[in-house]
Amino acid sequence: MLTNMKLEDIEGEYQETTLSLYQQIERKIYYTEIETPYPDGKLIVSTTDIQGVMTHVNKAFIEMSGYSEDELIGTAHSILRHPDMPPAAFQDLWDTVNSGKKWQGFVKNLRKDGGYYWVKATVIPNVRNAEVVSYTSVRRKPSRTKVEECIKLYPTLF
Amino acid sequence: MSYLFTVSPDFTPDHLSGWYIFNTWLQRQTEAAIHLEVYDNFHCQRKAIEKDSVDLIYANPYDATMLIRDKGFLPLVKPVGVSDEAIIAVSMDNLAEDVAHLSEKISVAFTDDPDVRMMGMIMLEPGDFDSSNMDLKTVDTYVLVAKEIMQGNCDVGIFLAEAFDSLSIMVKKQLRILVRSEISVIHHSLMLGPKLAERRDEFQQILLEMNANDKGKGVLDSLGFSGWEVYDEEEAEFMIDLMDTLLM
Repeated sequence: MLTNMKLEDIEGEYQETTLSLYQQIERKIYYTEIETPYPDGKLIVSTTDIQGVMTHVNKAFIEMSGYSEDELIGTAHSILRHPDMPPAAFQDLWDTVNSGKKWQGFVKNLRKDGGYYWVKATVIPNVRNAEVVSYTSVRRKPSRTKVEECIKLYPTLF
Repeated sequence: MSYLFTVSPDFTPDHLSGWYIFNTWLQRQTEAAIHLEVYDNFHCQRKAIEKDSVDLIYANPYDATMLIRDKGFLPLVKPVGVSDEAIIAVSMDNLAEDVAHLSEKISVAFTDDPDVRMMGMIMLEPGDFDSSNMDLKTVDTYVLVAKEIMQGNCDVGIFLAEAFDSLSIMVKKQLRILVRSEISVIHHSLMLGPKLAERRDEFQQILLEMNANDKGKGVLDSLGFSGWEVYDEEEAEFMIDLMDTLLM
């Protein structure tokens, strides 16, 4: 269940907005300008069901998102959605994986404390007996050059 | 009937005798004639797999897709608490503190160990390195990777972490770790080929109980393992999916 962010979790000066997710759910979020650098040598791994609800997260996911495992499992992956990410990028992600293909892109993720972190994400559909049963997402450290390109490009995609 | 067992050629030299001891132990336990064939490199091993010569393999995760999807292998067990990790190292004289600080074009030494090479390439990506600005050099062993760096022939080396850690102190003094992976989910596993498929439960049980007696424990010690745990289809499928995402 995706709930509104809580002010008591936020660290630093924040802004407030409401995100419309899947044109169905509205989520109030608070976000700051504090970046958490992606740690060297780690991979963030998660699996979701076909509705995008998390069924598995690894330790690096927990560390970087700031949420506990209990808070993440059973919750929509869009808990990480940052307002600076254009909805078109996620539309492309879902259109791609729903057609059975891999998707790769650079994503700015929202932390529980309102901060953010950039990742290079790859999402693949998990096919069992010719049917997509879940999705696996693996995030790795992005190059700063690519992140700078995305910082310029993404605002133009709204 | 005799079966052929092989081990991913990236094992550390210290464990070579351990695999022969393991094979002898396994033959006694299963009463099956199993011949251990150690190939010099991945190319030779894959040729044997292609010809359907291999019946039991301690496999590199990189080969999981080919073994399971193309050759009908079944996952059996994996060593407890063991994962493959990689290291990016440079010469002690290199001033870079981060892969992003390396020069615009670099030369990279590695072995033909496929999962370690893949992890290493992923760790170099944040420095904007790809095939266009890297000169790649494959050598036979991790000691030779170290030598390439120490002699100034290559800027960067990609190592299996276990192999780097077991280099001599004198060699390690001349190298500096830039990045050490903490991936935890990539690991080798023991897999059974189609000819042994019907004995899967029996083999699995024998291996799971291996650390229950002193003899079995001694054999495990010689491999550097504490025991085996079940490696099932879903976990193997996850490994295939994981490799799939990382190869992009």
